[in-house]
Amino acid sequence: MTLQQRIGKWVLSWPPLVYMVLFFLVPTLIMVVAAFRYPGDYGGLAPMYSVEDGKVVWDLTLENFQRLTEDALYFDLFIKSAGYALATTLACILMAYPLAWLIARSPKRYRDLMLLLVILPFWSNFLIRIYAWMIILGPQSAFTRAVNWLVTGLGFEPIQLLFTPFAVIVGMVYVHLPFMVLPLYANLEKHDMALLDAAQDLGANAWQRFWRVTWPLSLPGVFAGSALVFIPALGMFAIPDILGGTDSIMIGNLIKQQILDTRDWPFGSVLSIMLTGGVLLIAALGAAVARGGRKRG
Amino acid sequence: MAKKNAWWLWAAAILTYLFLYLPLVIVVVFSFNDSRLNAEWVGFTLDWYRKLFHNEKMLTAAGNSLMIGVVSSLASTVLGTLAGIALHKYKLRFLPFLVLTPIAIPELLMGVSLVIFFVIVNQLLGILELGLITIILSHIAFCVGFVAIVVRARMQGMDESLVEAARDLGATPFQAFRLVTLPVIMPGIIAGALMAFTLSIDDFVITFFTAGVGAATLPLEIYSMIKIAVTPEVNAVSSLLMLLTLVLIVIASRVSPSALRANG
Repeated sequence: MTLQQRIGKWVLSWPPLVYMVLFFLVPTLIMVVAAFRYPGDYGGLAPMYSVEDGKVVWDLTLENFQRLTEDALYFDLFIKSAGYALATTLACILMAYPLAWLIARSPKRYRDLMLLLVILPFWSNFLIRIYAWMIILGPQSAFTRAVNWLVTGLGFEPIQLLFTPFAVIVGMVYVHLPFMVLPLYANLEKHDMALLDAAQDLGANAWQRFWRVTWPLSLPGVFAGSALVFIPALGMFAIPDILGGTDSIMIGNLIKQQILDTRDWPFGSVLSIMLTGGVLLIAALGAAVARGGRKRG
Repeated sequence: MAKKNAWWLWAAAILTYLFLYLPLVIVVVFSFNDSRLNAEWVGFTLDWYRKLFHNEKMLTAAGNSLMIGVVSSLASTVLGTLAGIALHKYKLRFLPFLVLTPIAIPELLMGVSLVIFFVIVNQLLGILELGLITIILSHIAFCVGFVAIVVRARMQGMDESLVEAARDLGATPFQAFRLVTLPVIMPGIIAGALMAFTLSIDDFVITFFTAGVGAATLPLEIYSMIKIAVTPEVNAVSSLLMLLTLVLIVIASRVSPSALRANG
């Protein structure tokens, strides 16, 4: 590399590198260290070390991690959050698959428009999209009254829709659906239709053609979409905060409460680190499955 | 050979489109409804919009959002463009990790680490008190990656021989960059800037953590309103925000149809 090229590389890569080190890497590392510190007397963090007789004494602890195991509540909350994220992912697959398939099978000139229509709502404000469901699921809405007319007609007590786990999952599906449609479409669009014709010639019915040909071939798209839905859903705090009730909070709500309300930063950091671990685990699993699928294919 | 699609496939697709659009339509329709309840159509009114334009807090928040959006999208466009070009041209070890990870992890995690970071820096150095500045710095940090991806995509579509030709004709590397590379990738840069602006205007989670007590943005103001009560005033501000986004999308599609598609 010539000197000029070196300078070029330096000028291009250093400004973003320095910025991201300062405002992403350093804060992340501080959060990791905070997990091992004592909480301060008035919230925040206690000093990390003290000097006694000219010697530095470190005040670090594993207590914050032990707290996780002391109360089953935290473990349950992680499981519940993963459950919500999983339900959201499955609902997204069910809703996105027919749509992605239809777009992929439509004439080329319509596909861009059909995809754009999937993406367009995604560009409107996140809070507005959640707020819309506050209206729809609210006690006076036409939808809620229709549901309750049906429910009471069948002889049950009227039900509440807003501030329930159902509302949380509906909101999360609504917000994340495009992330499932796009990778599914990208995969389905590449399928060779001759395979389906061959399967039909060999006597496979519609269900068999789907289950034995299309579905296995579409798995990389399903997994890619699932990662894009599951990961943000797992760390969600705004949707359960707005659409959920006291019984439908997720791990994100506990983290927000620890950091901003109780101001127990060490424990909030521990929870954040566990969430990061969960996200990395899912990402690694997804990557492994994708690699395995490629090898088989 | 395209087979005819089954009727139930169409039905499922149409239901999904309804699922995507009906909620937004409801928000807009009720913003013109002459009733405090978002339940039944009573009559047409512009009262909620009138109220909105007399709501001092909302206007201040809108001003803050615009200012934050402009500053952070400009800064993240510069940094993101540099990063996008660097990611395309060189095999780098740390930059891809640093720039792209914030896109992949839940926003909440960035909010948590940034608020701790800002408060500690404030305690140690007396600078960066939580407020507009910390919101801007945080928005830049999560927008850089999005801009970098758009610009890198544009670089990948660029014909490298153009730069070589310019160099053969005696252009310095900087001249080749300014007169050849930059104009070619400009649509990507503009698309990236619009994307960063939308992300900034839209952001709730990271802003919620890094705003502190004094500063409010539009999403924060909307949040505190809907936590108290559902009123059509929220519908009105939501409808206006949707209009703004729609205008930005139309601009983006004029400037760079391909960049918009590659990232949508």
